Amino acid sequence: MGFFTDTSICIGCKACEVACKEWNDVPDDGLDFLGWSYDNTGSLGADTWRHVAFIERPRGGSAPPSSPPVNGQGAGSSPAADALDTGDAGVRWLMSSDVCKHCTHAACLDVCPTGALFRTEFDTVVVQQDICNGCGYCVPACPFGVIDKREPDGRVWKCTLCYDRLKADMAPACAQACPTQSIQFGPLDELRERAAGRVGVLRDAGVSEAHLYGAGEDDGVGGFGAFFLLLDEPEVYGLPPDPVVTTRDLPRMWRAAAGAALALVGAVAVACARPR
Amino acid sequence: MTVTDTTAGYYGQPVLKAPVWKPAIAWYFFTGGVAGASSMLGFAAGRRGNRRLARSALVASAAGIAVSGPLLVVDLGRPARFLNMLRVAKPTSPMSVGSWILTAFAPASMLAAGSAVTGRLPRAGRGAAGAAAVLGPAVATYTAVLVADTAIPAWHDAHRELPYLFAGSAAASAAGIAMAFTPVPDAGPARRLGVVGAALEVAAFRSMESGLGDAAGPYREGRAGRLAKASEACTATGALLVLAAGRRRSASVVAGALLCAGSLLSRFSVFRAGFESAADPAATIGPQRSRRGAD
Repeated sequence: MGFFTDTSICIGCKACEVACKEWNDVPDDGLDFLGWSYDNTGSLGADTWRHVAFIERPRGGSAPPSSPPVNGQGAGSSPAADALDTGDAGVRWLMSSDVCKHCTHAACLDVCPTGALFRTEFDTVVVQQDICNGCGYCVPACPFGVIDKREPDGRVWKCTLCYDRLKADMAPACAQACPTQSIQFGPLDELRERAAGRVGVLRDAGVSEAHLYGAGEDDGVGGFGAFFLLLDEPEVYGLPPDPVVTTRDLPRMWRAAAGAALALVGAVAVACARPR
Repeated sequence: MTVTDTTAGYYGQPVLKAPVWKPAIAWYFFTGGVAGASSMLGFAAGRRGNRRLARSALVASAAGIAVSGPLLVVDLGRPARFLNMLRVAKPTSPMSVGSWILTAFAPASMLAAGSAVTGRLPRAGRGAAGAAAVLGPAVATYTAVLVADTAIPAWHDAHRELPYLFAGSAAASAAGIAMAFTPVPDAGPARRLGVVGAALEVAAFRSMESGLGDAAGPYREGRAGRLAKASEACTATGALLVLAAGRRRSASVVAGALLCAGSLLSRFSVFRAGFESAADPAATIGPQRSRRGAD
């Protein structure tokens, strides 16, 4: 089971953030004005399990305007700069509700030394809070920067995909609360089919930039349990363009360590070739 | 505020989370390195009949591992749950592998040192020293795999060189302590190990920097860069001092201290570089975007 987040119909209401906090009893992490459009939670973390990003992008693709227009008098010859001159019409407003990806090959789960992180019967990745000892290894292992340590609690926290609700045959709180069905919950193959159809509809309507992020199974994390329909490059939303589970290279790392260990044995043997 | 520079990601926010490890972990990389390499030096010196060098190295190994345990426990968010580390054995987690290695290594190292100091249980002491020496190389290098096995570019992309850097650093620091605490006539092997370890440490650091290419930024600039420069200066000076005047007591103490300082500084440089790399969205996004573009 998983999520399909269709950002093309997200209205930025943050009902998902609120529902998640209420259901999961996630502590308040400050109602701060960050100065980044309407975003006030900043990023996913120990106390933000759904994060609504607000992105203001100049129209005309990813190329920055050649020279910023000053009060309409700049040398705004490029289309992008011209568009900016016209005010609101020149800005695309992207909204997207980010969440833990529940990777098929999950780095957080792989590196967890206590077995606190585990894969559930729903193929989701969940922290067992009665086991986590707060070693923090999962935090820098996650290629998406999702999981984090909660202070002063000392343990790590992230989206559980509402494990308790799933067990009771209920939809996760965020999907339940989403008023536009931007957040859809269900079996992944069904969601993928629906998502592909949605991309087709959008492209036919002229939204050529619509594409799916994390819908395949052949990416660096073996497929996302929560994937997205995006209207711009992933990095614009703060998502890594080509995430790879770090443990994919672990055999190579152990081999390098074995080589280094042998070098150390050799160095000691050479040093002790003579007793004094 | 409009977003125009896409390599800066979402309003310049980091894509990755910075590690939550405190400096205790960088200290542990040092003390664990001392413990691992000292157990090897102590065992080899003992086998060659150099009792004095064996004793100081075995004591250094036990002291190093005795300090390591508390350093690791205080860094936990829930220190009282440290035994959960032994709840499972997971080859995919270098921290789990390391916990089991340390669990076997610590008692062996302490028994070896206790026997060498008191002269009691000589046979058990020799066996323990042998066991610790077998585990020593793993103790000294697994920490490099531990940091490399993360999403942080400055750590992950250095996974080929980091184990050699940590091995060289461990050898240099263990040798530095041994030469400072062993009478000069008996410290020959420590001096040689110090020079070889220092050479490996400096060479591995440089090769790591060139191998990382654009991702080497944190090792060249800022705090981690300054630590790296200071480390190389200490390590190189220490090794040169060993070669020039290692048979003078005062010089060998100073050289040993310099080798230890160089080792400690290189661990802190690597540690800090991870934080700086994680905080930089372009370091994460740039290589991934070119990788995806190349597909």
